[in-house]
Order: sequence, then C-alpha cells, then structure tokens
Amino acid sequence: MPSLSMTINGKQVTKDVDPNTLLVQFLRENLSLTGTHVGCDTSQCGACVVHVNGKSVKSCTMLAVQAEGSDVTTIEGLAQGDELHPMQAAFREHHGLQCGFCTPGMVMSAVDLLQNNPDPSETEIREWLEGNICRCTGYHNIVKAIQAAASEMRR
Amino acid sequence: MPENGIGAPVRRREDKRFLTGKGRYTDDINRPGQLYAYFLRSPVAHAKVTRVETAQAEAAPGVVAVFTGQDMAADNVGSLPCGWTVTDRHGEPHKAPPHYPLVRDKVRYVGDHVAMVVAESYAQARDAADLIEVDYDELPAVVDTKEAMSGTQIHDEAPSNLCFDWELGDKDAVEQAMSQAANVVELDLINNRLIPNAMEPRAAIGDYDSGTDSYTVYSTSQNPHLLRLILCAFVLNLPESRVRVIAPDVGGGFGSKIYAYAEETCCTWAAKKVGRPVKWTAERGEAFVSDAHGRDHVTNVKLAVDQEGKFLALKVDTTANVGAYLSSFSTCVPTYLYATLLAGQYATPAIYANVKAVFTSTAPVDAYRGAGRPEATYLIERVVEVAARQLGMDPAELRRKNFIKPDQFPYQTPVALTYDIGNYEASLDKALEMIDYKGFPARKAEAETRGKLRGIGLSAYIEACGIAPSAVVGALGAGVGLWESAQVRFNATGTVSVMTGAHSHGQGHETSFAQLVSEKLGIPYENVEIVHGDTGAIPMGMGTYGSRSLAVGGSAIVRACDKIVEKGRKIAAHLLEASVDDVEFKDGQFTVVGTDRSKSMGEVAFTAYVPHNYPEGVEPGLDETAFYDPLNFTYPAGVHIAEIEVDPDTGITQIVDWVAVDDFGRVLNPMIVEGQVHGGIAQGVGQALLENCVYDKESGQLVTGSYMDYTMPRADDLPSFRVGMTVTECTHNPLGVKGCGEAGAIAAPPALINAITDAIGEEIDMPATAEKVWRVCQARFAQAAE
Repeated sequence: MPSLSMTINGKQVTKDVDPNTLLVQFLRENLSLTGTHVGCDTSQCGACVVHVNGKSVKSCTMLAVQAEGSDVTTIEGLAQGDELHPMQAAFREHHGLQCGFCTPGMVMSAVDLLQNNPDPSETEIREWLEGNICRCTGYHNIVKAIQAAASEMRR
Repeated sequence: MPENGIGAPVRRREDKRFLTGKGRYTDDINRPGQLYAYFLRSPVAHAKVTRVETAQAEAAPGVVAVFTGQDMAADNVGSLPCGWTVTDRHGEPHKAPPHYPLVRDKVRYVGDHVAMVVAESYAQARDAADLIEVDYDELPAVVDTKEAMSGTQIHDEAPSNLCFDWELGDKDAVEQAMSQAANVVELDLINNRLIPNAMEPRAAIGDYDSGTDSYTVYSTSQNPHLLRLILCAFVLNLPESRVRVIAPDVGGGFGSKIYAYAEETCCTWAAKKVGRPVKWTAERGEAFVSDAHGRDHVTNVKLAVDQEGKFLALKVDTTANVGAYLSSFSTCVPTYLYATLLAGQYATPAIYANVKAVFTSTAPVDAYRGAGRPEATYLIERVVEVAARQLGMDPAELRRKNFIKPDQFPYQTPVALTYDIGNYEASLDKALEMIDYKGFPARKAEAETRGKLRGIGLSAYIEACGIAPSAVVGALGAGVGLWESAQVRFNATGTVSVMTGAHSHGQGHETSFAQLVSEKLGIPYENVEIVHGDTGAIPMGMGTYGSRSLAVGGSAIVRACDKIVEKGRKIAAHLLEASVDDVEFKDGQFTVVGTDRSKSMGEVAFTAYVPHNYPEGVEPGLDETAFYDPLNFTYPAGVHIAEIEVDPDTGITQIVDWVAVDDFGRVLNPMIVEGQVHGGIAQGVGQALLENCVYDKESGQLVTGSYMDYTMPRADDLPSFRVGMTVTECTHNPLGVKGCGEAGAIAAPPALINAITDAIGEEIDMPATAEKVWRVCQARFAQAAE
C-alpha cells in the first residue's frame, strides 16, 4: 500500500492508501472529511468538487495518489475559523441552498469561477456551473449568490 | 411582527452546517464494526429465476454472508405493502401482488433485487456479487404503458396486467353534455415518465443491539415513523418499541424518499443475521433503476364547450403505469391525487374520469413532486389552451370566463373536493400585468425579424395540499391517518425544544418552525430549537410530502403552543394573585388585564420547573404535545406564464421570461417560499423540455440510466424567474397557510408546452427536446415551400 502525503486544508497529511482509492474516497473515508459529497458515478454532478493546487477538480475523477504533494482545499477548509468565506456568506444571504447536498461542490466551483473571472455575467455564471447539478433551487438563487459574492469580493 | 417572526425572510440557521461541510447525511455516518451491502440486481426485465448459486461468492475474500429471497422467506419476512387500497369501479380492491425485498421466483424489472452480499468492504461485496450464478428463464418485457394490457402477464394475481380500473364522476351527465355541445375539443396526451433524482442517493444502515434486542436504522427517509411502521408491522414483524429510525440530514426527496424500499429493509434484517451493522449507499446508477419513478400517464381528454366559451363537461381516459410492483403510495397518485383535481380552477359542471392502472416490467412508479396534480393540471391546461385556439378566443379570457368566482366559495367540485377559498382572477390579472401580456404581439413581431418564433403560454393550476383529513382518506382506502404531531417543551431556563413529526430535507423547517414558535410564545427566535427526523426523539409523526409540513405540522405546533399558553396563564395567575380569567397573554407577557402587573413567559417556565410557589392542582413542568388532523385539504392555486423563443434552425427553446403568481395563503418565510417556487418550476421545466425516462421496448433495459443519458436541468438550461404572490388565507387551519412545495412543478409543464405550441403552431409531446421541435419546424418549412 503506497504512502501518500499532501496538504489538506493547510495541514500536512500522510496516510497509507490502496492505489485505486479515489481522491473523494480518501477525503471521506480515510480522513472523515464528509463535507465533500458523492452524487453520481459518471463525474457529472459536481457534488465532489474540491480545489487541488487552487483549481476546482471533481475529486471523483482523480486518484488520491495523483494528488501526492498537492495542496488540497475542501469545503471544510474554506471558512477562516468562524468567519464564512464571502461565497459561503452569499449563499446563505441569498438562499442559494436548500437540501445542502450539492452545496459544497457548488461553492467550491463558484470560488474558482471568481478566481478566473472576478466579474462574471449571469450567462457566464450559468455556463460555468454546467458541471454542477442542483435539484432543489432551480439555480436562481445560486446565480444571485455568486453575483453578490463577486461584487463583495471586488470591493 | 417580531424581527424573526411570521412573515420575515429569516436567513436559514441550517445553512451554516451545510456551507461548512458539517451536514450529517446518512452516508456520512459510520457505525463501529460496520459491514457493507451490495445488491445483485436483475440484468433482465422479466424472467423466472430458476437457480441462484451463492457458494463461490460466500467463499470470496471479506464476504460475511450472501442472502437470497429464500433466506428471507425462511425467516418469514413479509412483502413491502402498498398503503392505499383503491377500490375499482366494480367494487373490487386493486390487485396487490407480493413485493418481496429479495425476489423469490421471478424478476420483474431491470434492477430488481436478486441477492444481497454483505462483506467487510464495499468493494469486496461488489466483487463477490459477480460470483453469484443466476439462471434466468427470460420472458418478454412489457414497458409501454399503452400496450401493457396486451403484454405478457407479469403477476399471476393480475390478468391483463391490470391493477385496477377505476372511475370518478358522473359518466352519464358528461356523455349527455358532450353529445349536445357546440364544440368538443379533444387531445391525446402523454405525461412523460420521470426519475426524481434527489442529489443525495438513497442510503441505509441497519444496526442491531443484541443486549437490548433492538434496532437502530439510519435512512434517507422523508418520514421516519412511517418507515418504522411499515418495517415493523408489515415486513419484519418487529415491535415498534424496539426499532428506532433516524433520518438525519437528507439531501432532497421530492417524493422518492417517502417509501419503504427493499434496501433498508434488507440492511435492518441482515444486521441481526450477521450481528454487525450493515450499511448500503446507492450508486447513482442504482438510484436510476431502483428509486420509485414518477408520472407515466397516457391520456385522452375531451372538453365540451358551448358557443360562448363556457365549459360544459370534461371527460378523461387515462392509463397509468404503476411499474412492476406497488410502491408504498403508488395507487392513490393516479386516482385520489389526480382525478379529484380535474375541475382545476374552473366551474365545469360535469366531469368524469376513468383510470386504468397497469403493471409493467419497469421500476415501481409512485409520487414525485406534485404526484397526480401535475398530471391533472397538464391535461386541463393543455385542453383549455387548445380550446381557446380552436374557438378563436384569447386563452386568458377563456380561462377568466370559466373561473370559479370568489363568491362561489366554498365550492363543491363534481369530483369530490370542496375548495375552501381562492381568488383566481386576482392571480391571473397580476400575472398578465407582470408579463405585459398586451405587449406580447409586438414582442412576437420583433422576434420574427430575428428569425425567432416567439410564444406565450399560460397555466392556471390548482392543487390539493395539507395532506390530509384522516377520515376522508381512510374512507378512500388509505391505510394510515395523515395528521401531524408536535411537542413543545420549555426547558427550565426558558429555551424551547420543539419536536415535530414533519421532516426537513431542504425545506428549512429548523428556521421557519422556529419563527412560528418565537411569534406564538413571544420568546427570542434564537431560543427555539427544532428537533426532527428521529423516532427516538419525537412523537409519532407522519413526515413531509404533499406540501403538508406547515399546513398540518405547523398547525400542530400552533395547537401545542396554545396549550403551553393555557397552562402558563394558570401559573401566571397564581404568581400575580389574580384570577385566570383576568390574565391575558401577549408578546411573551402574561398580564393582569387593565394593570401593568405581568410575568414573562420565561418566569412562568422557570416556575413550572421550580414549583415552590405554585397553583394547587396544576402539574409541574411546561411540555405540551398536540396532534392536528386537518379538516380539509388546502388549495394553493395560481397562474404561471412562460414566454419563449424557438430557433427554428436548431429547435432550441429559450425561455425569455417566466412569471409565477401563486396564492399560498399566509406566508411564513417569503425567502424560503420563493426558493420552493424556483425549484418547482425548474423540475417542471425539466419535465417539459429535457427529462424523459426511456425503457427499451424489446429488452426492457433502462436506456436513460445515468446523467450522461437522462437530461437533468442545468444552470444554463434555465432562466431567472419572476415570482409574485396573491393571498387568500386558508379558512380551516389556524395559520391560514396552504403549502408551496409542489406548485412550480405542477404549473410549469403546461405553461411551457402552451408557449412552445403557440410558437411553432403544432402539437408536441413532452419533453419538447430541441430535436423534436426542430423536426416540427422543418416539416412546416417544407410544407410552406410546397
């Protein structure tokens, strides 16, 4: 069993894992970071999005060993202590979540969008979210939340 | 109104945990010593199972046990019951063939449960399942709803695959009206089959404690007590007192998590057999084949209309697909939640519906967001729209002409229901104004200059929510009562715990119910905690579906709060040395009328638990439970208008505007209500434009079994929505509320299809995919060129 090291949410982690372990399984099962969710088996739903070296990645499409030496951020690592990340705060303020299951992936994906495009139009937001499925909100308030976070983060 | 009371758009308290990764869904839970289950599912649609050989699998690495239907039969495990017996038009009960958690002699759909492997790891269980040898003696598949009655018989108990042939209404009156009417408008409609697709796949953990001979079941359930009742009383023959069902955070349901399924039944049963906890989490592919599906009706509808445009009669013939077995509430969906709604918002004097429910070799079909009411609304609003076109009338005005008028309430429909209140014209007028209906012809003309076909479509829907008066549903065949419970418990220091039988899986009850209690008891919102989803912590409750949580569960909370205040008055009167009759309660204070002498709710609660100076004959403590059984259904209603543009070169429909004006009665948290409307519309748009469950007619294989094949609405498929409200308060519950969870999914499909058919000038079935629309446009161009 190979030994695997990476930084997760700012902490160095070293574990032995089966080489066929997916990154999402490593997070959920080996590290009990259950905020990252599995909603499908075809890399379509985006509930498992995390950041690997600052970029959004579907953690079900990547083996844990491929993240060797990487800097991984999950939904658990986004807030600074009790202070929510502006994207998290905007999702709450604008009711961008209902059941909460797609939310971690949605938030992580949206944070990466603003890294690429700090002032996205509604169309650009909707196109970016194409890889994240939400069944509850109809996306209306998710789009509003991302627009609000973008405006807040540009200040 | 207190800052966080009724009517305030309070931001949700549950969001913090969901936004920081601290939600606790069933798959996030692990029990010490837990094993993993994998279900071997039928790869064929319909076959006799002549041999199941498990020896090799049992010997595989990590495998603890392999179970088949024979093992469950040997343990006298029962059949998963259908909780609603429909009596057919000849007075006979519906056909309810056995539905065993693991099959005993035959498989009846792709995904049916053949065997259960329990192993140390999920991968080991899954690998071992490949080593099970099964001989299938294949039979023809039956998937098509319309042809099911002439297909190979699926159950011995159901000749012609007929589950029931049921009717409602006055057939003679309808036929007489039809024969004399100036116009009869007829349509053949398909209400396409859908797969609910809550984002959290179903999951379960069965945990048996031999020390106390008791079980704990973790399950993705919308109604933990109902699941416990079914598991204990019908399937596993266990005392309810020894089974605790916990439905923790649940990632969406939309109906699909109401039912008792094979998997949680097997995990519960197997936990005792193997002496360790057994966990199962569905892969998405399993969810596609085995979650209960929705809709799947084929309907012929006729509307008789006189020369002035007055509706005279409505006749409906529907064949409804119930799938391979009867799921928990499958039979009430195409009957009592469907045909009873066929009056819609209109004063049609005569209505008759005949519904034939058929078995097919497909996954069971049950309630999916709206459940029967979307199917009813779709056919009414489509045939009304087509009638307007055929009669050359404005579709808004034809609707207005036939609306039940505000002074006609309470209104007895010809299909059993009594609507208590509504003002349909108010919603119509507001929606027409919001969308600028008068400006539509100019917008259409402008679109034409860009080569686009612009269309507008209305949908005036009604639904029956607040499910349901127990005596009424009991008389119609329901096996359960549909009341709700609430327990309001003051703690000695003034905080309040509210135990509710409703279950929140996205609806935000922890916030909205706390707002309600805060206002009723005049205590800070922050001091109210909502407890739900655990049969070990709450009074028996019936759960959440049918937009019932606030209308029924909220009403139970109000009644429990009333009891708290009533007892509090006695305690306060004693402390204030006044007569109970002279003490009034307002804004958290018990005051002697006409004086400034008062005691706060907190002081009274403390006194109840530290009763040193206490009224004689009054019990200590401040903890009250109420059960609320609704007197009638509630009737949310409204008007949605969709405005779209079709690109005839690509067939793509773009939704350019959407106006939703809904009357949900009194609104507790408008932010949450609007969110429910958005989500409902998205699912309705999904049905109308994108989603379609397809089984291959020959093989019975599910063709749309993944997100690569089944088109879920994504962010770039949808517009933003404009939501308006009108209010008539429900007359028979203490809050005046009606329910809002299903409205969008009910209203949206006919609005959208009416808009598309308006644009392209031809009838089209759902889903109106780009390909289908493109073919219609091309055919019309070709015709025009000839």
